[in-house]
Amino acid sequence: MAAMQIYLPIAEVSVNIFVLLGLGGIVGFLSGMFGVGGGFLITPLLFFIGIPPAIAVATGANQVVASSVSGVLAHLRRRTVDFRMGLVLLAGGLAGSTLGIGVFARFSAAGQVDLLIQLSYVLFLGLIGVLMLQESLRALHRRTRPGAKLRRSHEHLLVHRLPLKMKFRTSGLYISVIPPVCVGALVGFLAAIMGVGGGFIMVPAMIYVLGMPTKVVVGTSLFQIIFITGFTTVMHATTSFSVDMALALLLIIGGVIGAQIGAQAGLKLKAEQLRILLALLVLAVAAKIALDLLLQPAELYSLTPMRLP
Amino acid sequence: MIRLFAFLMMIAPAFAQETVVAGLSQTKVSITAQFEGSEILIYGAVKRNAPEPEGPPLEVIITAEGPAMPVMVRSKDRRFGLWVNTGAVQIDQAPSFYAIATTAPLAQILTETEDLRHRISIPRAIRAVGVAAENLDAPSFTEALIRIRAASGAYGMREGAVTLSEDTLFRADVALPANLTEGDYRVRIFLTRGGVVIDSLESTINVRKEGLERWLTNLARQQPLVYGLLSLLIAVVAGWAASAGFRLLRA
Repeated sequence: MAAMQIYLPIAEVSVNIFVLLGLGGIVGFLSGMFGVGGGFLITPLLFFIGIPPAIAVATGANQVVASSVSGVLAHLRRRTVDFRMGLVLLAGGLAGSTLGIGVFARFSAAGQVDLLIQLSYVLFLGLIGVLMLQESLRALHRRTRPGAKLRRSHEHLLVHRLPLKMKFRTSGLYISVIPPVCVGALVGFLAAIMGVGGGFIMVPAMIYVLGMPTKVVVGTSLFQIIFITGFTTVMHATTSFSVDMALALLLIIGGVIGAQIGAQAGLKLKAEQLRILLALLVLAVAAKIALDLLLQPAELYSLTPMRLP
Repeated sequence: MIRLFAFLMMIAPAFAQETVVAGLSQTKVSITAQFEGSEILIYGAVKRNAPEPEGPPLEVIITAEGPAMPVMVRSKDRRFGLWVNTGAVQIDQAPSFYAIATTAPLAQILTETEDLRHRISIPRAIRAVGVAAENLDAPSFTEALIRIRAASGAYGMREGAVTLSEDTLFRADVALPANLTEGDYRVRIFLTRGGVVIDSLESTINVRKEGLERWLTNLARQQPLVYGLLSLLIAVVAGWAASAGFRLLRA
């Protein structure tokens, strides 16, 4: 039998079906295992197989919606979603996403959208990867030497001093809404320009900036990511016509199956080991993209077909 | 005067009395989800109302070209240690696909002047009016366009790919790749002798998305909001179905 190709209607490229299902599956497996959306992996992988960057970003956002819905359902059953916090983050997120879509369109017109995407990836993945690696190595160290100093569980952070305080019962917090709105806005902005849900930024920010308890962090993050990436998908579809439904569907099918298998596999590994592996994965992606920017490319020219309206 | 008349009588048949008739194996290509490219057979014959003239041999050139579109060509340069887009030149019209098949090396069977008039070779098929004025190294941008499109299989020249039998019947295959843009594809057939075009014929292949592909493209373009919301709905349902399905499996 000939290789199973599928012609993607919006991207206008023909790609092997099994490559897309496999890509979705691998990323889904990793996202299920580590509890992240996987957008930061799927979007660069789509670049590598020749999907135009704008379509990869918009379709990546659509794929994250599916994996986040799948993930949030499990957290809803365990009642580990702080809806009030989710909505506050969302308010900031929608503003950030709108801004991000505008910046994306501006850079697209100036021919610098690839640079914008690549720099965002290197910067944010590099930063988060290093922080995560450092933190999990320290945790591993502490476990082997029990006498070491522990971080206090309840500290008075910046969030307690700012005005506009609000009670978040599920998280057991009484804090200002300004920091969550800002965190939401940053994540929404990144979702729009990187095609990611932003869980890799949201989760550490919720723990270290907002001081939320770890058990509600993942569920709440996933809850608001559904809306942010959903909003981003619709915005990209209406402003740049760059969502490819057929591509998204194949990635989603591979992704949701992979995620369920990954979640089972994740239960067999220790939390610290899991975090070190995720940190290394994040750093590897950042390093690959950084090298693309630093090394002289084989082809110095690139083409952008300009459609007639 | 008589000498001139005799000369005209001698060369006239070569220019006026050979005409081309041709057909295509298909004039309609449907892009469906399973589209893997398409092979088009172009065949034809040379019609004469006099014996074949002496002199340079008859040659055939066949071109197939996709819809022309403006293309932005960008060049990268090193800035602050990073490779970023620095230069840009807009090419007015470049065909999305261009294939040439000939009976012999193009340089031997077509003169520069004739190429310029009929826009046959790949560089001539790209229209870059006014490009030279706005950028000094514009030729390198046009070359890059041709190089990149040739590497991806969108542009190509196959010299000797047209088979001509008994200076009358000819045929050639043109492979349309899987990554095809929709639109009207123009097929041109040229007969040349001594580098001069003596007759030509033009035909069209209609390349259209069909079925689901057609429907999705139209929806995405004409009702982007509905399309976006539908994409969203599919994602939500797929996410829910996976979660529900695996819970059933485990139970």
